[in-house]
Amino acid sequence: MALRRLQDRPRILEIAYVATLAALRLFRNRLNPEGVVQKVFVPGERVTKGLIFDCKMCGDCVLHNTGMTCPMTCPKNLRNGPCGGVRLNGNCEIVPDMQCVWVAAWERSQKMPRFGSGIHEVLAPTDRRLENTSSWINDISPDVTKRPIGWAE
Amino acid sequence: MKSGSRLERVLRSGHFAVTAELLSPDSADPPAVLDHARVIGDSCDAINATDASGATTHMSNVAVAALLRRAGYDAVVQLACRDRNRIAMQGDLLGIAALDVRNVLCLTGDGVATGDHPEAKPVFDMDSITLLRTARILRDKVQFLSGRPLTSPPRLFLGGASNPFVPPFDFRPLRLKKKIEAGADFIQTQYCFDVPRLRKFMERVVDMGLHERAFILVGVGPLRSARVAYWMRENIPGVVVPDSVIRRLLGAGKRSRTEGKRICIELIQQIEEIPGISGVHVMAYRQEHLVPEILDEAGLLPRPNPVTFKGSPAPSVDIVDSRQC
Ligand code: SF4
Repeated sequence: MALRRLQDRPRILEIAYVATLAALRLFRNRLNPEGVVQKVFVPGERVTKGLIFDCKMCGDCVLHNTGMTCPMTCPKNLRNGPCGGVRLNGNCEIVPDMQCVWVAAWERSQKMPRFGSGIHEVLAPTDRRLENTSSWINDISPDVTKRPIGWAE
Repeated sequence: MKSGSRLERVLRSGHFAVTAELLSPDSADPPAVLDHARVIGDSCDAINATDASGATTHMSNVAVAALLRRAGYDAVVQLACRDRNRIAMQGDLLGIAALDVRNVLCLTGDGVATGDHPEAKPVFDMDSITLLRTARILRDKVQFLSGRPLTSPPRLFLGGASNPFVPPFDFRPLRLKKKIEAGADFIQTQYCFDVPRLRKFMERVVDMGLHERAFILVGVGPLRSARVAYWMRENIPGVVVPDSVIRRLLGAGKRSRTEGKRICIELIQQIEEIPGISGVHVMAYRQEHLVPEILDEAGLLPRPNPVTFKGSPAPSVDIVDSRQC
């Protein structure tokens, strides 16, 4: 799929990410996570991010921390780096024909000047309540608590 | 001292530590655990109780560790994210400490497909790194992830795993750093059969000063035959056995078991020489009886008695202790 290949241009995706966030912020007041906009945004996000990233709609998007590679496509849903089972050819322990998501994530993160170092951040466990909601809206909504209270430093 | 466990005391006193893995029984009988423990118990500082390793069901990790503690052994309980969500995990962390088990190894766990119940639902609510941080929050911030306070924190020595022998190689030392930042006080690695690769990895680790922030124990184990070595390499995720090792076992013919033991002893001796390494973790699957001989011939017996041992504390202690949540 042609759009998938965009993933190998993480620099472009980084710029797209910043632009999307900036654009969405302009409409912040109208983008209420409870509102009808979800109905439009969810399918929109599912289609676009689905095509590019094989997005799983976790609603708790961390793509910029994971080399613009969706960590939810890792069969173990790992968000903080590769497991110890990666095969010597760089493929996944569980799906032998697939490149390990984290091998790709690591390579791509090295090409990301702005968010590349985000891969070293210790990310919180996924908020499972957000599944199938729009991460675009969640990202700019301060009341969506994406982190457990105890996690805060 | 985070936990006061025997393993922690041995490591902090600067001794080269030894841990060993116990085969969890397919049985509800305590002697099934204790008979195995007797074979390896006096040769190591702590025994690892696995958590359905290879996604294959056995007696539970916590029960095995509790039985070991009751019999006077120090235990490292392995806790994998594969089978439990964050609610169960935090309950386990408290329960483990309540049963006087003081060392926890936080793991992601193998996929369910490798085990005897490939049709099971894999949980993976957390990953090894979020589990480590969660355990540290319980211990140091005296609260649950939800923010609800604890009346008494679990005194635990927290461990993480590392596999320097699989890709992405240049990320592996950085991932180790991430584990330490998440909360790891000690590290146990996957089986090492490739010393040059380990040396390279440790060079980076030492450059970054990570060996001063966590104690690193390298995994070793005797291979029974070339056939077993080949099987392990093909079937156990993350185990890398170089061709040179398999050739050596093949060359030994009928005496491959002795050769496997010799390889293991040589590995231990080479590993001991590498700067930054604090101990070895012996995994002698179905060859537990060899563990005392191997460690004796490697010069690591008898184990220090933590009640009487002297020796200056490792310089790392203060650095580790000042790192709070
Ligand atoms: S090998 Fe890579 S993609 Fe597969 S489970 Fe492990 S980290 Fe995930």
